[in-house]
Amino acid sequence: MKPATAQRWANLLILPTLNILTAFVVTTLVFLAIGVNPIDAAKLLVKGAFGYQNGIGYTLYYTTNFIFTGLAVAIAFHAGLFNIGGEGQAYIGGLGVGLVVLAFDGWLPAIILIPLAILAAALMGAAWAAIPAYLQAYRGSHIVITTIMFNFLASSLMVYLLVNVLGEKGQMSPETRSFAESSFLPTWSEMLGWFGIPFASSPLNISFLFALFCCFAVWVFLWKTRWGYELRTVGANPDAAIYAGINPKHIVMMAMLISGGLAGLVAVNELLGVQHRLLLGFNAGYGFGGIAVALMGRNHPVGIVLAALLFGALYQGGAELSFDMPNVTRDLVVVIQGLIILFSGALESMYRPQIQRFLSRFVKDEVSA
Amino acid sequence: MKKLLLSVVVGTCLPAFVLAADFKPAIVYDLGTKFDKSFNEGVSNGAKRFTEETKVEVQEFEPANDSQIEQAIRRMAQRGSNPIISVGFSQSKALETVSKEFPDTHFTIIDSVVDQPNVQSVTFREEQGSFLVGALAAMASKTGKVGFVGGQDIALIRKFACGYEQGAKYVNKDVKVFQNMTGSTGAAWNNPSKGGELAKSQFDQGADVVFAAAGGTGIGVYQAAKDNGKLAIGVDSNQNHLQPGTMLTSMVKRVDNAAYDTFKAQQEGSWKAGKVTLGLAEKGVGWAVDEHNEKMVEPYKAKMAEIEKAIIDGTIKVHDYMTDNTCKM
Repeated sequence: MKPATAQRWANLLILPTLNILTAFVVTTLVFLAIGVNPIDAAKLLVKGAFGYQNGIGYTLYYTTNFIFTGLAVAIAFHAGLFNIGGEGQAYIGGLGVGLVVLAFDGWLPAIILIPLAILAAALMGAAWAAIPAYLQAYRGSHIVITTIMFNFLASSLMVYLLVNVLGEKGQMSPETRSFAESSFLPTWSEMLGWFGIPFASSPLNISFLFALFCCFAVWVFLWKTRWGYELRTVGANPDAAIYAGINPKHIVMMAMLISGGLAGLVAVNELLGVQHRLLLGFNAGYGFGGIAVALMGRNHPVGIVLAALLFGALYQGGAELSFDMPNVTRDLVVVIQGLIILFSGALESMYRPQIQRFLSRFVKDEVSA
Repeated sequence: MKKLLLSVVVGTCLPAFVLAADFKPAIVYDLGTKFDKSFNEGVSNGAKRFTEETKVEVQEFEPANDSQIEQAIRRMAQRGSNPIISVGFSQSKALETVSKEFPDTHFTIIDSVVDQPNVQSVTFREEQGSFLVGALAAMASKTGKVGFVGGQDIALIRKFACGYEQGAKYVNKDVKVFQNMTGSTGAAWNNPSKGGELAKSQFDQGADVVFAAAGGTGIGVYQAAKDNGKLAIGVDSNQNHLQPGTMLTSMVKRVDNAAYDTFKAQQEGSWKAGKVTLGLAEKGVGWAVDEHNEKMVEPYKAKMAEIEKAIIDGTIKVHDYMTDNTCKM
């Protein structure tokens, strides 16, 4: 094995695994401190996330959301941009879905309505990212600041619309009427049912496959197209990109539009797949979770799927955990997630020196030989 | 005779015993936290009171997002929990789905209406309670200006605001009512510093009594009232003790009773599905008088009792914002 290959594998596999293991060790200590048997807790968590069909369904349903937002963060990251606005872009993507479905669900057939709604989700998400992107590219306003502010603008806008314009009258909850059934995405249990395979009902729907497709599309885009190459070049060195005849302003716009569009697709899973109405706060932190997922997944689609699966399992397994163990409140589940983010995000290079020493001892010989 | 007596005793005890054995009450809380000093905590207090009296443990779950609500209610039902209390209007869609899957389980939803044969819907006439404290605010105000600080700008809070304004105008039709909402995200329920700022700006405009219907944000409003020597009105739970001396009263909403009564009724076998609306007449809402504000409200007590009576017998009709999404005076 060449040192470069070994180094690559260390980056992709060994480091993230070590980081997660460290997070789990610290979690164990936390469990011991509050008097919960960590082995029982781990069993419950794994069983809750993967032990039965309904649990798997929920895990993959959460995973779907994290894949979309993780890809969104990653693609911006490859262009050297830190898009923290996934939360707001997902929210406004939901507005797109809501407007299209509420306007057309009476008379358009599913085959036209659903693609239209998906398109609306992506377009609205992209539109919400377009303003911070423009300000970054042409006015030099920092994208981190503007995207964060746009999250707040998105939630203000949604509250205003749901309370005053779109919300059902005489209804306590700020939400629209339920969508007509023609807009419902087929769930996993329905789809497997077509082939005669029974699967417990859960929120898992066809958007999971769509998310996997998006992973593939992002991979092709980033590494197999000229645009992707330009995007990565700008991310690596904007000055060199200019010298190579690439306009970084255009690339910033392109990266952010795709990023926002991907984040907007969360609404497809949430609204068309599960909630079947536009409601307040359906984005529930997936946009922020996506940052951690992208960091952990090394901004690579495969890594993002794995990291999203881990987060989905933690969401679902964690809910089961707090359900079965009264000592474990849902705040503790947030602590576990926080530890994982801390060790695989903020402290990601903690073990790098040791790993490198270890590698140099074993791999060098082969090269010199 | 003895045998007959025995069989009667056994006959009456047995069902009760069986009932107690598989009596597993459960609560799924509203989004937010259980200890919010207001809505969720009220329900939790009712459950605690029930557990203390009957030694029956109550299963609880705090959902972290919308999809977990449905999941949690379903899991509770699958485990044989009965009755299950669903707290807050955001659970209505989830409960509608799950209640159909478990026709033999009893559900009670607080703050919303779900029309199913096995669901009891408990709603409160917040506009009546708010009317009362609005009237009190207008009576206690020396400047003829009163304030309202809401949490998130949603219909429910506008209902509070609308009742409050009607009450204030009933007492003094020239009264000026300032209204501010804290924000547009869920964080608006827990932003005491912004609440304090809003209250202060209302004081600067001349208000001297302010009503906060804003969950945890209210704490900042009460503090601002204390710092500026003005009066504040609490919400949901009796919050008079938070700033004794400057808390004029609290508009109480007895969610604790709703929870307690649900469990008690189920235990006694008298739980019934359908709509329950708790207003002044049912003592579901009201204004709190205790040792902290007794002296302060003494001069207004007679007038308040009069208004209370008029609302109960229908002489005063309090308009409910939710019926048509407008606040008609």
